[in-house]
Amino acid sequence: MKTFDYVRARTVEEATAAFAAAPGARYLGGGTNLVDLMKLGVERPTALVDVSRLPLDTVDELPDGSLRVGATVRNSDLAAHPLVREGWPALSRALLSGASGQLRNAATTGGNLLQRTRCPYFQDLSKPCNKREPGSGCGAREGVHRDHAVLGHSPHCVATHPSDMAVALAALDARVELTGPAGDRVVAADVFHRLPGDRPELDTEIRPGELITAVVLPAATRGLPSAYRKVRDRASYAFALASAAVVLRVEGGVVARVGIALGGVAHRPWRARRAEEALTGAAPSRAAFEHALDLELSAAEPLRDNGYKVPLARSLTVDVLTRLAARSAG
Amino acid sequence: MPDAPAALGTPVVRREGLDKVTGRARYAVEHRLPGLAHAWPVPARVACGRVERVDASAALAVPGVLAVLTHENAPRLAEPDDPTLAVLQDDRVPHRGWVVALVVAETPEAAREGAGAVDVAYLPLDHDVLLTPDRPDAYVPEKANGGHPGLREHGDPDGAYASSPVRVDTAYRVPPLHNHPMEPHASTARWTDGRLEAYCSSQGTTTVRQTLAAMFEVPEESVTVRAEHVGGGFGSKGTPRPDVVLAAMAALHTGRPVALALPRRDLPALVGHRATTLHRVRLGAGEDGRIRSLVHEVTTYSSRVKEFVEQAAVPGRTMYTAPHSRTAHRVARLDVPTPSWMRAPGETPGMYALESAMDELAEALGMDPVELRVVNDCDVEPDTGKPFSSRHLVECLREGARRFGWEGRDPRPGRRRAGQVLTGTGVASATYPVLVSPSTATARALPDGTFLVRVNATDIGTGARTVLGQVAADALGAPGDRVRIEIGDSDLPAAPLAGGSSGTASWGWAVHEACVRLARRLAVYQGSLPHEGLEEHADTTGLADAGSDHARHAFGAHFAEVGVDTVTGEVRVNRLLGVYAAGRILNPRTARSQFVGGMVMGLGMALTEGSTLDPAFGDFAERDLAAYHVPVNADVPSVEAHWIEEDDPHLNPTGGKGIGEIGVVGTAAAVGSAFHHATGVRMRELPLTPDRVLEALSEQGAAHHRA
Repeated sequence: MKTFDYVRARTVEEATAAFAAAPGARYLGGGTNLVDLMKLGVERPTALVDVSRLPLDTVDELPDGSLRVGATVRNSDLAAHPLVREGWPALSRALLSGASGQLRNAATTGGNLLQRTRCPYFQDLSKPCNKREPGSGCGAREGVHRDHAVLGHSPHCVATHPSDMAVALAALDARVELTGPAGDRVVAADVFHRLPGDRPELDTEIRPGELITAVVLPAATRGLPSAYRKVRDRASYAFALASAAVVLRVEGGVVARVGIALGGVAHRPWRARRAEEALTGAAPSRAAFEHALDLELSAAEPLRDNGYKVPLARSLTVDVLTRLAARSAG
Repeated sequence: MPDAPAALGTPVVRREGLDKVTGRARYAVEHRLPGLAHAWPVPARVACGRVERVDASAALAVPGVLAVLTHENAPRLAEPDDPTLAVLQDDRVPHRGWVVALVVAETPEAAREGAGAVDVAYLPLDHDVLLTPDRPDAYVPEKANGGHPGLREHGDPDGAYASSPVRVDTAYRVPPLHNHPMEPHASTARWTDGRLEAYCSSQGTTTVRQTLAAMFEVPEESVTVRAEHVGGGFGSKGTPRPDVVLAAMAALHTGRPVALALPRRDLPALVGHRATTLHRVRLGAGEDGRIRSLVHEVTTYSSRVKEFVEQAAVPGRTMYTAPHSRTAHRVARLDVPTPSWMRAPGETPGMYALESAMDELAEALGMDPVELRVVNDCDVEPDTGKPFSSRHLVECLREGARRFGWEGRDPRPGRRRAGQVLTGTGVASATYPVLVSPSTATARALPDGTFLVRVNATDIGTGARTVLGQVAADALGAPGDRVRIEIGDSDLPAAPLAGGSSGTASWGWAVHEACVRLARRLAVYQGSLPHEGLEEHADTTGLADAGSDHARHAFGAHFAEVGVDTVTGEVRVNRLLGVYAAGRILNPRTARSQFVGGMVMGLGMALTEGSTLDPAFGDFAERDLAAYHVPVNADVPSVEAHWIEEDDPHLNPTGGKGIGEIGVVGTAAAVGSAFHHATGVRMRELPLTPDRVLEALSEQGAAHHRA
């Protein structure tokens, strides 16, 4: 059998040191995705550095009103946290729409961000996949790709990122805190994940050896009307065909702040900057929302069998915006 | 013998329930035999071709790997009746996923690692997995599954259709569907001095024993196959599958007991599935709604390995009076995995199409869909001319309509809107044939006042063990707790499989006979029983398989209410209600569970289930339970099953018609018709997933704009 070392880290320093000492190591959080991929042979780490028991399991309110969520906080706990439900409800909704109760109990905040695509070609060693094996080709582009990307894909990869949580974080202007060999740094959640380009094997901007220590929900989006809506093939336990996270503040009859991120449509949560620009300062109306989404989705390049995602993302997001605007105005 | 209250008809709890929920029940690969080794298959990576060479050296170098079986070194077997079992016998690759090697190791982990290290070189050929309705190579089979003629024609169906004042000409598609029982296909095998012993997750081990004895060329007495508990089958374990053959080969090859549980992702290619069916249905009716011509033409596929034809046009031979009819199958042989039985083969996709077409006909006529079915009810089976032994379809429809609140339904589609959600209701009929096969059984009275009933029945989760206990208790006039039931072992009296909704009728008949004989003998027996007790044997050969002058079928009616989110395209079932007429219901508790389970499976077929044959690679894209969407709890809100008690003297001593399959049969059509009632849009391809729904709704919107 394929053997690997297992190290349970007690501190962040221990974790990064153990990782650095074992080329080919992987950090292990809840294991809800990594262990599956190891069974399939997609991931073959030489060592697992278990970070799930690091003292990063607290949710702390910072003096500026932002919320610092430790990387090992479980998805269930984060979704149920009173400050999250009150201040950033879209995040709570997004978490609760993901996976199943059992998986959410195990999955960590950091691990959720680092889960990998569910593209069937990625998971199947007998088929080409540039993400799993760079240069081998993409089985999905001309294959079965109903669930795949319509925005930002490349000739090398048409996979989507599966996380619901990450979509909400992108819309909410959250930040990802990292620590690594070169010190600590912070990356905005909406650019933490990459587009595939010609390096589809890289899912995120994370650098070798870096460890996610926290996610920070900013004060700027705290308490704003926000929502997350996910469309899927069955009522629970299915990945998004498309999803939308929206935060919206209307002041004086115009959109003062808007954040829109789309899930299930791209290699990363798709921050809809063009739509946001078009809406900021405009009067919130269905027509304005539709116009904004049309602008955003004009960049879409659907594949042979996933064209439905464009109108779906449009109608879904317009609907979420319309509801939030009504709430904002009321 | 003391008087005992009748056990049949009462909701007796499952005999093995406690064992199952406490983990004491052992399944096929949970028998820790001394020296047990584990096997893992290597599936073919091409969809058509030959194995050129297998290099097992890397696999054999994996610590713990004991052997790698290939077509070059595996035991030679006699040719089986079912060619899907001829594994590792030659270099041919008939479809992707076909087993080309088997790794045996000390642990499942080592076997899996070894399987990944086997290097197989192929001589690939072009493959073709695309089914279209007009394939020139599709042919009319002599027989479809179940022995049904491939083609039946009465009168002048085309002429009668052309001259009918009201006509519906429509087409439907049902995608590949997979059984996916919770327990995968799994076996443990051990050879001892020429005797083969196997634990096999099977719906019937008598056949497994016969098959293994023939393939390994040993006497049947030298083979024992056990299936004490089985974690579901839904048809896919009805006959032996490659797992038990591979396990037995590996055990023979290595001299060790070997366990093999097929990986979930390999099931779709190896254990059978419901093939795609493409339907064209034409119904010609008079203004009164009476059908004059019924034409149901089905195109499906089978593999290169063997011909299996889903008998989806068969329900049209039974359901409604039609003086002119054609019910026909065509099959194309493709480079695909071999299809097989899946819960109510034939009826399930066939009734989806026929009953959906009935809904379209009701709309064309401006007639209530319940009334249309009532108008076309019959007391003689249209195809055979035989009278029905009992047929309470109309009663099921009426009772269902009453319970569901159908009366006063506004037939106009697209009228019930709450926000962005449109709601609608639909109805469909269901039918399933009464099947019964010969069985043997013994019943023994023991000196301590207990009884032992032995029959090689299989309880695949249905409650068979419990119900047979009830049958025996009633025939013996004894309380149920005095009756011990032994099932699930091929050394027991031979019995047919748990399939075709025929298990309880077939086994129950033999159990009843044996127990009645024993009770008669005891009634006149003098003195105390001998130490070994008194035993009676029954064999229903000649009785159970005797022809009948009657057409024997169960019937039912399904009602569904769905909500359709017009923004997201999501369809959710709010309510399902079924009413069945299936003879005598022997145990309301386990019967309800079977009906409800069937309806949930039908809900999955309607909304979430289906797989895609990948044209480039030739296999199914959805091969695990994350990608192949069976319904989860959140998809299943309110499901009600009711029944009408029938007293049908033309069945068997227990009076039951079989209930394992009819619950699935009409559910998808009822849901599909409810979708139309909600939206005004006909969806003719399953499942009703958001992508398809949005496309259909937008086409409707575009049509409105053009109009």
